[in-house]
Amino acid sequence: MPFTCIYVPNFSIAAALRAEPELQIRALAIFEGKPPLEQIIAVNEKSRELGISPGMSKAQAELCSEIALRPRSPLQESSAYSALLDCAQSFSPVVEDTARDTVLLDLAGMESLFGSLTKISHEIFDRAAALGLNANVATASNPNAALLAARGFSRVTVIPAGKEAERLGALPIDVLFDENLEADQKEEADRMIETLARWGIRSLRALAALPEVSLSERLGQQGLHLQKLARGIATRTLVSVEVPLVFEEAIELEHPIVLLEPLAFLLNRLLEQLCARLASRALATQELRLMLELSNLTGIDDEFDNVGIPSESDDSRKANENLGAPLLAVFARGGDFQSREGRSTHLHRQSKFIRKLSLPLPMLDAKVFLKLLQLDLNAHPPGAPIMQIHLSAEPARPRSAQGGLFLPPAPEPEKLELTLARIAGIVGEQRVGAVELLDTHHPEGFRMRRFVAEVARKTPQRKSPDAAEAQAAVTALRRFRPPVHVHVTLENGQPMRLTCPRKKEVQGEILWKAGPWRLSGDWWDRDAWSRDEWDVAVRNNESVAFYRLVHDLLAGDWFVEGTYD
Amino acid sequence: MSSAVVSTSAALGRPFLFDADVEEEPCHPERGGKCAKRISRGVEEPALSLPKESLPYLETSLDPRLANITPASRLEIRPAPEMVASGIPALDALTGGLPRGCLTEIYGPASSGRTSVMLAALAAATDRGEYCALIDASDALDPHFLTAAGIDLDRLLWVRCNENSPQRNRVTEKNLFKKKISQRADQSEHRLEQVLRATDLLLESGGFGLILLDLADIPHQSARRIPLTTWFRFRRAVEHKPTILLAIEQQPIAGSCSSLQLQLGSQNFSDITPHSQSHTHLLTGLEIRTELIRSRLDRKPARSVAFETKTAWAG
Repeated sequence: MPFTCIYVPNFSIAAALRAEPELQIRALAIFEGKPPLEQIIAVNEKSRELGISPGMSKAQAELCSEIALRPRSPLQESSAYSALLDCAQSFSPVVEDTARDTVLLDLAGMESLFGSLTKISHEIFDRAAALGLNANVATASNPNAALLAARGFSRVTVIPAGKEAERLGALPIDVLFDENLEADQKEEADRMIETLARWGIRSLRALAALPEVSLSERLGQQGLHLQKLARGIATRTLVSVEVPLVFEEAIELEHPIVLLEPLAFLLNRLLEQLCARLASRALATQELRLMLELSNLTGIDDEFDNVGIPSESDDSRKANENLGAPLLAVFARGGDFQSREGRSTHLHRQSKFIRKLSLPLPMLDAKVFLKLLQLDLNAHPPGAPIMQIHLSAEPARPRSAQGGLFLPPAPEPEKLELTLARIAGIVGEQRVGAVELLDTHHPEGFRMRRFVAEVARKTPQRKSPDAAEAQAAVTALRRFRPPVHVHVTLENGQPMRLTCPRKKEVQGEILWKAGPWRLSGDWWDRDAWSRDEWDVAVRNNESVAFYRLVHDLLAGDWFVEGTYD
Repeated sequence: MSSAVVSTSAALGRPFLFDADVEEEPCHPERGGKCAKRISRGVEEPALSLPKESLPYLETSLDPRLANITPASRLEIRPAPEMVASGIPALDALTGGLPRGCLTEIYGPASSGRTSVMLAALAAATDRGEYCALIDASDALDPHFLTAAGIDLDRLLWVRCNENSPQRNRVTEKNLFKKKISQRADQSEHRLEQVLRATDLLLESGGFGLILLDLADIPHQSARRIPLTTWFRFRRAVEHKPTILLAIEQQPIAGSCSSLQLQLGSQNFSDITPHSQSHTHLLTGLEIRTELIRSRLDRKPARSVAFETKTAWAG
């Protein structure tokens, strides 16, 4: 039974590079701890060349100007770990999360699906790279041999059955011990390595060649176990993990973002990673959740004066005048954000800013998601500098639609969603969509709801040609919103003349009328209404126009509600 | 005085295309029409025999490559647009229906039946299973009349333009030197801007069988300020698509960009007596007179038809 191990060396560095790929070409070091006692915990190859090593203090590392220092980010490591699991579970249902940087897969039966073991291993490597992880992939006939090979060899390694000892022999003893051991375990491991080094045992081949009896006398069962590992014959069963489907990506920023453009750049990266992870599971999403952690704005940080946060100084005021729409969009319309007046600071503290994007259908297009988020943020800016970005997607089954040659045209869901978002930015969010009538007699008893164009919907029952021909067109009413207030001249309780300064075409002598019809409703509510409706004909220039005249019985006002047209 | 330009090559009977490898011989019609002998690199090609009326035939005779080029004088015949039912049989009899891929204008004064025709077109389109978009410049649509007209509400996208749009609220800078215009005209222009932008987006998105621009309550002075280039752009946008673009207005404003123009008018109300006191009156409908003003699709003599609309409560 073949097993594959995916191992991400230097996991903290890998997680940071996954969030910021542009740091690949630079010397990078990750630090952890409380200031001023931060220590370097991980470095990449370029940093080692500059003499930076784990255990140094941050202050020492900062002496090197070429190095990029980043704090350890549990968020980024969690995202990287989730991506690793997604990659593994896209190839096998039996996955063990051996460590935060190591996963083991059982590939039994997968060759008939994915091809040869070499092909599968290369595909796993490519999939991990697509998810932003520079991983080592090794395949062997038992999990431990695969694990050791992944730790010792870079890129892709495939060990044929029976050749484990031969292939693993050249690896150093260090691969037998995990990098991320607890303190006491690490101490014991160091002691073991030191003992073996004193014996001149530096490779797995040398350890495998030792006599078993003598080894057990000196190192006990642990020594025998290590020897079995070195020979590649130690086997065990995998403990598969059932990971909940959580698709989240996050990034912490060193400097707060104040413009929408760099925010869009980072969102694009997160969306691409999310979509890649969803695609690896053959899933789509119908809901995106964006959470921005904002910086508190109590007092004024001097370093932010020049980037446009309103303040009292002339320089920053001039900077504000020169700001373009993106910055103003971040700050000006935050709702709770107010510019300073006088000496006091009236800035609302806002720590979290959450936006939820609900999609009409399951989709998986990073570009569409980015555009929708941009349009949403333009309409609802955060109102403060952004320190962290969290993006999560609710997984959903991808939609399936059966097209047809003879179906009437329908808008594409992704294009339509973008179009509706853009139109909502023009006319307002609640002013575009489909209409839904409410169960009420109120004249404005309707509401707007989301417009969804589903291709595979029930075909409408088409009227027979005879029925269609027999049905006359319905006389429609064009409403005035808001209704036009008029003065009505009454005679014996009947309206005789309309006067309307606001709409000259409405006023005139009433030539003909029908009514009144009394309507009322919601008498049990604060919004009770009661009205008399008249249909009247008023001469309008050279023609006659029909209007609906309404007498509000509660307020006593007269309105022209609309035109019959 | 007219003049004709004739190339020297044609006059001399030489071929128009000159091959570097070809040795030319001057044309000698007395040799029986053989005008040129093409010799290229030692291979003698057969001479082309030319009729005496050489100019029109040189194109195809001299060089086979020219035979594949369609002359600019031959115009392609455009296929006639597909006509679909408007929902009102009398209108279909007058115009043949509403054309796909074209701009249609329907105009008239208040109570001339424009909105009724609009609802009938929407009902016919949703009945065919198509998705429709209504860009309502004045937010005048009454949804209760949609169901009365038989429109599938799930297939209708309603864009409600208004004066207090988010975009307008974001504009804080005002041009102090701008000529002061009336508040109402400013509101109309703001609505028109929303209409035009929404129309552009919907035409670009595609997939709609019917897109309606309801400009019926926009004053004609404001509506006619829409530049013709905009209408031309709309027309080009729908040209090769199965979308009907229909504009409802007070007066025609699209100029020659519209392929079909219909003028609506209400019945003659001279028989309505003023001060009518009868309480039994009921508005049962409108009598609409429709006149075909222009049709680029099928050149019919201008004529009119009349039809009636019924109110939902008329029974």
